[in-house]
Amino acid sequence: MQTNDNQRKPSVVDTRGLRMRYGPTDVLKGVDLTVGQGEVVALLGPNGAGKTTTIEILEGFRKRSGGDVRVLGVDPDEGDEAWRARLGVVLQSWRDHGRWRVRELLSYLSAFYEPYREQVFDTDELIDVVGLAEHAHKRIGTLSGGQRRRLDVAVGLVGRPDLLFLDEPTVGFDPEARREFHELVRRLTGTTILLTTHDLTEAEKLADRIVILVSGRVVADGTAAELAARIAGKAEVRYRLDGQEHVLSAADSTGYVRELFAEHGKAVEDLEVRRADLEDVYLALVRESEEVTA
Amino acid sequence: MNPRVVALRAGVRRGRIEFGQTMTNAGELIGWLWLPVVALVVMYAFGDGPLPGVDFSLGAQSVPGILAMNAVFTGLMGLAMALTMDREDGTLLRAKATPNGMLAYVIGKVLGKAGLTVAVLLLMLLPAVFVFDGLEPGRVSTWVTLAWVLLLGLLATLPIGAILGAVFGNAQSLGFVMLPIMGLVAVSGVFYPITALPGWLQAVGQVFPLYWLGLGLRSAMLPDALAVAEIGDSWRHLETVVALGAWAVVGFALAPVVLRRMARRESGSGRAAAVS
Repeated sequence: MQTNDNQRKPSVVDTRGLRMRYGPTDVLKGVDLTVGQGEVVALLGPNGAGKTTTIEILEGFRKRSGGDVRVLGVDPDEGDEAWRARLGVVLQSWRDHGRWRVRELLSYLSAFYEPYREQVFDTDELIDVVGLAEHAHKRIGTLSGGQRRRLDVAVGLVGRPDLLFLDEPTVGFDPEARREFHELVRRLTGTTILLTTHDLTEAEKLADRIVILVSGRVVADGTAAELAARIAGKAEVRYRLDGQEHVLSAADSTGYVRELFAEHGKAVEDLEVRRADLEDVYLALVRESEEVTA
Repeated sequence: MNPRVVALRAGVRRGRIEFGQTMTNAGELIGWLWLPVVALVVMYAFGDGPLPGVDFSLGAQSVPGILAMNAVFTGLMGLAMALTMDREDGTLLRAKATPNGMLAYVIGKVLGKAGLTVAVLLLMLLPAVFVFDGLEPGRVSTWVTLAWVLLLGLLATLPIGAILGAVFGNAQSLGFVMLPIMGLVAVSGVFYPITALPGWLQAVGQVFPLYWLGLGLRSAMLPDALAVAEIGDSWRHLETVVALGAWAVVGFALAPVVLRRMARRESGSGRAAAVS
């Protein structure tokens, strides 16, 4: 196995200045991304930010226009079948193998990994893990959206991958299916996962680290707490004065409120101070970056 | 175990599973059978006139040709359609995401369609030998010839199906291929001896595998005396082997190149990007 030749500790995914261009459009404008061993990283961003393109390049399905990319120490453009056997891939929408049965497909697919992996998932155990035991002999085409997605994850896990890609795993889910899916992902402790989502709550729930991608650039990278801290202290202050509503954002909200009372005393009504949460951070970042690009 | 061997085995397994899926699905099976049934019924109803110069019914004479035509529809077109459909629903991408999955996929598809072609042919042939007078199911040579002609015919036509399926982007555009194939049916002596056509059309027909597959099947199922209705008054087995063999060699040389190119292009959002 290859390792990175510099001082950085070897990471599972490592991109430097990753660029992608379709015709005249730059979709990725120099993305730096690392995913460490055992880490769950969410690539978060609005639609069209380049999340799927990034993941497809890492999976070796798409040739990049520029930059340095290493996945499991290998350039995905040159990844061979042995490299491929170490990856689990769950793409956005699968409709394949609708006529196959759940167990049949998983058992068929696991055979491919046996020559490469020390241990592949036992098919029945895997079906259990993703909660499809009672559907094991159903035709795949008859599964519900949530069941189908769990099967997709099972397919991704068949070879006990060193790295699992999940591209927008819960798009179109109802809240119940989404919750079940999140529980499933959390059960996969120890698996290195790179997932994309445009759902902030999902990123916060599942990921150790969140990388925010907007218009082909990484605009923030850190844990949910670190990201929130970026505009910590800033808070929204809302109150009514002489019947008139006031809303403003204050860096020193406590000080602002103290002065407010000193000045107006009992005339201040319905006071509300709300600290910026991750969502505000995210929306602010997206807005800023989109303004810069526009 | 060697990963390629594993993939080979998985391919056989895939072929078996998909063949089983078709054979146990009444709707799909009817889809494959209606065309030859209609053709055979029509030839039974209207083909009671004799072949020119021989005392043999036109209807019985056309049975092997119809089976050959249908083998091309089932095998070649079936494989092409399956490839385009599997590209649309992500089956192919799944194969690409699996180590050596593409190899197994292609093997499985080819075997599945080959099995289906043979099954449909037998399902048609068995009733036909009872309904049409003059076919020769009792000879050993009938079945030996049938076996090698069909095998060569599949080797010659399935790679073409794989190439068409890889080249055409979707199932609809593949519909355009049906037109030239219908034309080919007309010049390949399927329903009526090719010797009735003008010489240059006979030459066109003899370039393509459908004619040779039909000729070979006629030589298997019809009395030997009927060779007089063929070009050169002969079943021309040697020429059949050479013609079908040549198509097979070219097909097997080209198909992997074309399939590999198709596989390389396969990516999840590829179609979405192309559309928008």
